[in-house]
Amino acid sequence: MQMNPANPEEPKPCCQAPEGPGPIKKSRRDFLFQIGLGLNVLAGALITVPILGYVLGVVFKSTPLKPVSLGSVDTFPEGTTRLASFLNPYHRDVDGATAHIPCWVRRIKGNEFQIFAINCTHLGCPVRWFEESKLFMCPCHGGAFYQDGSHASGPPPRGLYTYEFQVLNGELFIMAGIQPTLASEGAHDAV
Amino acid sequence: MIQKAQAIGLQVYDWLDARLKLTRVFEHTAGHPIPKSSASWFYVFGSATLLCFVIQVITGSLLAFSYVPSAAEAYSSLQFITFQLPFGWYLRAIHYWGSNIMCAMMLIHMTQVFLFGAYKYPRELTWVTGVFLMLATLGAAFTGQVMRFDEDAYWGIGIGAAIAGRSPGIGEQVVTLMLGGPIIASETLGRFFSLHVFVIPGAIIALVSIHLRLVLLKGINEYPKPGRVVRKETYDREYDEIIKKTGIPFFPNGIGKDLIFSAFIIVLILTCAAVFGPKGPLGPPDPVEIDTHPRPDFYFLWIFAIAALMPEWLETFGLLVAPVIGIVFLLVLPFLNNTGEKSWRRRPVSVIAVIFIWLALGMFTYLGQTSPWSPVMKAWKSDEIPIAFLENRTPLELQGALVLQNKQCRNCHAIDGIGGERGPDLSEVGLRLNRDQLIRQVIQGGGNMPAYGKNLSPHEVEAVVAYMVSLRPEGRQPALNSTFPAKPMKQEVPPAKAADPS
Repeated sequence: MQMNPANPEEPKPCCQAPEGPGPIKKSRRDFLFQIGLGLNVLAGALITVPILGYVLGVVFKSTPLKPVSLGSVDTFPEGTTRLASFLNPYHRDVDGATAHIPCWVRRIKGNEFQIFAINCTHLGCPVRWFEESKLFMCPCHGGAFYQDGSHASGPPPRGLYTYEFQVLNGELFIMAGIQPTLASEGAHDAV
Repeated sequence: MIQKAQAIGLQVYDWLDARLKLTRVFEHTAGHPIPKSSASWFYVFGSATLLCFVIQVITGSLLAFSYVPSAAEAYSSLQFITFQLPFGWYLRAIHYWGSNIMCAMMLIHMTQVFLFGAYKYPRELTWVTGVFLMLATLGAAFTGQVMRFDEDAYWGIGIGAAIAGRSPGIGEQVVTLMLGGPIIASETLGRFFSLHVFVIPGAIIALVSIHLRLVLLKGINEYPKPGRVVRKETYDREYDEIIKKTGIPFFPNGIGKDLIFSAFIIVLILTCAAVFGPKGPLGPPDPVEIDTHPRPDFYFLWIFAIAALMPEWLETFGLLVAPVIGIVFLLVLPFLNNTGEKSWRRRPVSVIAVIFIWLALGMFTYLGQTSPWSPVMKAWKSDEIPIAFLENRTPLELQGALVLQNKQCRNCHAIDGIGGERGPDLSEVGLRLNRDQLIRQVIQGGGNMPAYGKNLSPHEVEAVVAYMVSLRPEGRQPALNSTFPAKPMKQEVPPAKAADPS
């Protein structure tokens, strides 16, 4: 069949096709390439699902605070502040010593307690209690807190983080399980 | 015999060359031409940084034979490597000193590249990949100090979490993502391990490949001459001419100084490792052991210092936003300023900027090392008041000295230079503040000082203030109240003047 250049209305595909194998081959290769590309984009998108799910899943996993015991209230003399520690409610065997989290327990009197997180509100270093001067001091950047946890001096932006507590049958429980930071304020009372 | 061996050797080479194209690869890489002027002692720091990285990969791979990335086992596996394995301590030391020297070489390399204008056209992308290499290297350094899973590592993660927790709105999510859970645990160490051992080294290898490819494609920067200005239209032609006129193959003619410096760096790392040994591990990563002074490794001390010295209103900005601004500035630098003078002799602002940055880094590192803002936790029980500051005191003043010591004032206040530096040295406080001012300061606090009103009885305040009034050089009068020059004081002045030797 011969092409008639004088007749532009003649449908092109049917006439170009037999001209030679070149264009057909090319478009077939293009088609395969595009299919291949498309399939890989799809497969790539699919593989990001488990990857992102694995990496980010931990953010969306619900880890509510859980009650943990600090022991009998009798181990905390009235009018004193002392170090206590508890087992992270989400601990596993491989956590080793890091499963034990310290906190400061101030027993004012009776069942009146204040339980402070160990972490300075500035950058998280462990504050230390000084009984004689009734101060918590931070070894990193010199933050200091009064015995009720309120900010005394230095760079911390607020008082110490506190844990919610409850006394049940003479045992002291706190709600724990989260790293105390400025972002977790909801989980800790403001002082 | 020798000739026969040579002939066989040549045959083997030819056989390999026919397949691997060694000669062609060589011509395009190690044998590429460089300007003669670039075979300079100033151009050795990049290859030194790469050498350190290779040492880190080798020693790191070997340490991974025995290191166990679990919070329960990491510390004991470090002890095992250090004390049980033959040369274990030495490999740890080489890895530690290799990281220090890698950071140092990287920063010197970066400074040199900046001062020699090598980031300008057409090497913008080389600089940009270099900035990412710097970030990856610092990332490797930070995750590496976590690998040394001791008390500093534990609290270092806590500091990282506290900084992340300041992210507005998404703080909690960022902290959880960083810790791999709601709280520091084995999951946290696992994440840092994977980053340190797989992700970051992989990124460094990829980035170094691009970095070096760009060096080959765009040519090494010629040694800048004052007055030879970079113009986009003419630079490529000019560089080609320099290569034509003075080009020498990097290997073997241009590599000599790099080789000498590389050998020096290896010997330096080996020597530091042998003399100073590995760092730590310090105390075990047991959070209940709170008798600790968390400090980052050397290269992050300046950040630690800035965190202590920033005013509170600046902190979130300084910790989260300022680093991003700094990195973005470094990334766009070659696009803001990519033509003109290369020589530092004609770029005074750049020279001043470099001096300023290094002075600031040095000063903050020094401050981080000494951390004068931290209370000296044991000063009140281990640093006695020198006898000279107790002689010829009244019983009330001596009682005051006891209060001063027992109430832990020395944790923040030095006497005779011994004790904390958080507050002023009290050796001559009686010259600066009068009795009323001292009482007010002790009871109400102020400045950086907590208020002691609730913790001191009136008698204790009376005694400690009496003692502090007595803290002044012999023969000097106590501070006067400048607003109310009391009459009795006036009467006392003449005899004091007579007694004052000055």
